[in-house]
Amino acid sequence: MPSQHKFVLEFEKPIVEIERRIAELRELSQNEDLAMHKEIERLELKSQKLRREVFSRLTRWQRVQLARHPERPYMLDYVSRIFTDFIELHGDRAYGDDPAIVAGVCKFDGIPIAIVGHQKARDVKEKLRRNFGMPHPEGYRKALRVMKLAAKFNRPIISLVDTMGAYPGIGAEERGQAEAIARNLFEMSHLPVPIIIAIIGEGASGGALGIGVGDRVLMMENTWYSVISPEGCAAILFHDAGQAERAAEAMKVAPPDLMEMGIIDRIIEEPSGGAHSDFDQAAVILRQALREELDSLMQITKDELVKRRIEKFCRMGVWKESV
Amino acid sequence: MAWFKREKAGFDLQDKKSLPDGIWVKCESCGEVLYRKELDRLFSVCTKCGFHFRITCEGYISLICDENSFQETNAHIQSVDMLKFRDSERYSDRIKKAMTKTGMSEAVRTGTASIYGLPVVLAVMDFRFVGGSMGSVVGEKIARAAELAFEQHRPFIAVSASGGARMQESAYSLMQMAKTSARIAMLSDAKLPYISILTHPTTGGVTASFSMLGDVIIAEPGALIGFAGPRVIKQTIGQDLPEGFQRSEFLLNHGFVDAIVHRKDLKQTLYQLLSFFLEDAADKPLPEQV
Ligand SMILES: [Zn+2]
Repeated sequence: MPSQHKFVLEFEKPIVEIERRIAELRELSQNEDLAMHKEIERLELKSQKLRREVFSRLTRWQRVQLARHPERPYMLDYVSRIFTDFIELHGDRAYGDDPAIVAGVCKFDGIPIAIVGHQKARDVKEKLRRNFGMPHPEGYRKALRVMKLAAKFNRPIISLVDTMGAYPGIGAEERGQAEAIARNLFEMSHLPVPIIIAIIGEGASGGALGIGVGDRVLMMENTWYSVISPEGCAAILFHDAGQAERAAEAMKVAPPDLMEMGIIDRIIEEPSGGAHSDFDQAAVILRQALREELDSLMQITKDELVKRRIEKFCRMGVWKESV
Repeated sequence: MAWFKREKAGFDLQDKKSLPDGIWVKCESCGEVLYRKELDRLFSVCTKCGFHFRITCEGYISLICDENSFQETNAHIQSVDMLKFRDSERYSDRIKKAMTKTGMSEAVRTGTASIYGLPVVLAVMDFRFVGGSMGSVVGEKIARAAELAFEQHRPFIAVSASGGARMQESAYSLMQMAKTSARIAMLSDAKLPYISILTHPTTGGVTASFSMLGDVIIAEPGALIGFAGPRVIKQTIGQDLPEGFQRSEFLLNHGFVDAIVHRKDLKQTLYQLLSFFLEDAADKPLPEQV
């Protein structure tokens, strides 16, 4: 869907330029024009090659930019493509409903599962309503309520992570943002059902981890995950938020880094050109990975599942011991 | 102070950075000029406004534990700069400096101890060590301490003082939130009590993990406790923050801490709570009768 591009990142420009020319030629070549067809074919090959080149050597910062691409598929784009019979469940039963987190029940190839995730939005009004995917405590509590519901009825849980962070505001603090996230970490560590986490965009800090503890943690190719956003790290440690690129490199926020650190289990490929270039294909690949992980987790007994999950997180980190 | 008996005559273990040397000390909260010796005797609490000066890890250990009862565990775990992180200085140098400055190997000390004879496992953070930030070692030591409490069937007590997660360890530090919370969940499942004590300041990743998961959560008066730091919030919302925002009293009012306890009453309060939790402690006489 090249002609639909509205937002183009700097490093995408050469590719988008070729795609625009292809689209133009297509429009001109209404009748059979062999030379024109040849030219289109040539340009298509060229754009594919260029795309492969650019996307095979993305820097960490470029991945951060792709993770934030305004045309990137969001949680509900995947839900509608991967699952069926989705019913959204609202509210934390204590304070309110936080649209920054979506929770619900659905079927995955006929298997009843619960789904939770951050939801970003595209148009201004919807962005504000969803608070740019930055949850308040009631969002985490809603997610926990639905996850506990899943555990009660022995249903697996899939969590799709995509947030710039938990919202830092007065109301969030008044209602216990820290407690809400801590409680989720505590509860998710021992819920006796399979939990699969997939980072589909941004994985910023406690706001991401708050629905990010599971048996398998997957990251899509063009996403990032760390303890703070590159801008936040740059502002605090480099005293200049403008040095976000340097911070992204220093914190090693890209999926291969996280894989090497032993923090994630799998990297999910994206269509060449990034998930935003082909929602359907991105969903097909994500679906396949989720299905494989779910199948393997459903073989494990509850006790073993919880034991392994706790051990998995307890192994994380680096230190040395000397006497 | 009633029956509370001090085990040591003096109390000179303040965080020297928050309390410059000299005979006189100015309270950073109310500005009152205080006589240092008097301050030492009074648990480093301002006599005028009740501000609790930051004290060191050793300060809390001697305040809470029975004399000589603290047996340190995992003292030799140290940080590793896996990411070769460098901001204004190398992370590895920052760690070395903190070790020299504090004489600690990391921002937390853990161990077994007793409180008026009741056995506990204790973890105490120290803000002087890289702002009490939680990296792999802090997370690991807290997790191991909770595990030790699990194995020895002891209550677990954690004293928090932290600016949050340690950015220099990136995602490794984030995962310590999950790790410590998972170990606290294990304790909870085994019905072992966990008391969390929040001191000034307790923010970020520590608050959003084990610190907020106590069966009972105690805060020292006036401590800054929150998820996001006040500066970040102010920047985000573009307005001034209300008076007393994110202080212990604010959290008490909003239902996120059980009690605000003055430092002089901390040990007694812990003992009373522990005797509620522990079956074999319930019929023991109060300490003054021991
Ligand atoms: Zn004062």
